[in-house]
Amino acid sequence: MSVLVYTETENGKFKKTAFEVASYAKEVAAMMGTSVTAIAINAENATELGSYGVDKVLMVKNEKLNTFNAKAYADTLKQAADKEQAKVIIVSSSADSKFMAPILAVKLNAGYASNVVSLPESTSPFKVKRTAFSNKAFNITEITTDVKLVGVSKNSFGLKENTATASEEAFAPELNNDDFTIKVESVDKATGKVTIADADIVVSGGRGLKGPENWNMIENLAEVLGAATACSKPVSDMGWRPHSEHVGQTGKPVASNLYIAIGISGAIQHLAGINASKVKVVINNDPEAPFFKAADYGVVGDAFEVVPRLTEKLKEFKANNA
Amino acid sequence: MKILVCISHVPDTTSKINFTDGDTRFDTNGVQFVINPNDEFGLTRAMWFKEKQGASITVVNVGGPETEPTLRKALAIGADEAIRVNTEPTDGFFVAKQLAKIVADGGFDLIIAGRESIDYNGGMVPGMLATLVNANFVNTCIGLEINDNDVTAIREIDGGKETLKTSLPLVIGGQKGLVEESDLRIPNMRGIMMARQKKLTVAEPVEATKETTAVKFENPAPKGAVKLVSPDNLDELVSLLHNEAKVI
Repeated sequence: MSVLVYTETENGKFKKTAFEVASYAKEVAAMMGTSVTAIAINAENATELGSYGVDKVLMVKNEKLNTFNAKAYADTLKQAADKEQAKVIIVSSSADSKFMAPILAVKLNAGYASNVVSLPESTSPFKVKRTAFSNKAFNITEITTDVKLVGVSKNSFGLKENTATASEEAFAPELNNDDFTIKVESVDKATGKVTIADADIVVSGGRGLKGPENWNMIENLAEVLGAATACSKPVSDMGWRPHSEHVGQTGKPVASNLYIAIGISGAIQHLAGINASKVKVVINNDPEAPFFKAADYGVVGDAFEVVPRLTEKLKEFKANNA
Repeated sequence: MKILVCISHVPDTTSKINFTDGDTRFDTNGVQFVINPNDEFGLTRAMWFKEKQGASITVVNVGGPETEPTLRKALAIGADEAIRVNTEPTDGFFVAKQLAKIVADGGFDLIIAGRESIDYNGGMVPGMLATLVNANFVNTCIGLEINDNDVTAIREIDGGKETLKTSLPLVIGGQKGLVEESDLRIPNMRGIMMARQKKLTVAEPVEATKETTAVKFENPAPKGAVKLVSPDNLDELVSLLHNEAKVI
């Protein structure tokens, strides 16, 4: 009876979130007095997982699983959970995990709590804190089924290193044609660019930027910080930036360590989308902008003057602290 | 093509979120309720199929009589009929089981749900429903074309998008991008009048146990005042981000 954790890979390498969910699983296992088993699909090498508290890794090698497939991955995890008699299964909050988790929950007859932001308050009964009302509130959820499925929000727990060594075991799930009724035709992914989902820092622009031609200012600042770029709803509605960059209640939620909002007034729907971010910086020429009430640090000033100067200051800082 | 659009009845996006009964229930006092925005994108895409390719649209909601104005709004936008499953939506799995019964009884080809509701944000109902009724499933769907039985769907992934091929019956978890914001429809007077004549069936729930319980709610801790930095002293901002906030 171990805690089972799904550690996501991309091109054979573990994603950072894999180590975060492994760290989380280790703490849950400690609370329950049990061990952590990870499942790694087509990973080149699983030794890193030991450093985050994983005791055993089920190594799945299957070419059919090279591309993410929610149904087939859910089937794989279901069989791993059965084999390990896992009572708690931990997944991340990536787009893929959120796609797969509800399918897995039905297969395992497991209660599922998504967007979980801290360790369980108790494991018997099993109570976890999750965000609700689009990050405007929290909800303590009790999972009442025998098997529990927990989706951990990004950046809510962090990485906790451990010195354990993980043992490896080959695992070959039985998959059938029914698992592959959805076929991936093409993947269109921006390469070499930090994505909002993975970013520790997000630089976001609003209507105050006056037009898409001014976005290089945002991109330059983001580049210095190694940040992802984002935007407010009106900006994506006007087509200045793609929908995928829209942050807010009906767009993307952001749970970064640092969120820099430039020329965004701070409508309640936008604030809901960034509430889970740890530190918020606002640059706006309107001192009455509602965003200042939600921010940690603020600069009242013209973005066209402040942002290029801030970019230069950060360049100097990076050069001196490299 | 028979389309079922699952509608959540949620607080308006501008609502202040408060709780009552010792923080165990959402305080609906003074709150306006609307069609869940993710569902509204789906309903609009369903209207496109109806107008361009021919389809019937049924909307469904799991909830008490207070949710009927939301269903009537969906009828005013252009859905053909509505079903309300007469029970409180206690958790995602419970709702998915109620919807599975409606799907099984109605023989729907395409079931459109929002990727999540903006109140409880569980994000589980579409995937659970698809699994319960053994239909194909595409989450975070931002593009959908259907020709006979062939489906091309685009889903948003972290850092990009993915094009998928599959077949009906299909459940999608839809979101912004499925249609443009500017394509969303506001019911006109004729639509509102016609909606009054359309069929709204009340279905009794099936027995289903819930698997999770929302025990208690909390509002975020109050925030301290913003620390303002002069635009002429950006070194201070860099220093605060490095030494105080420790984020750079």
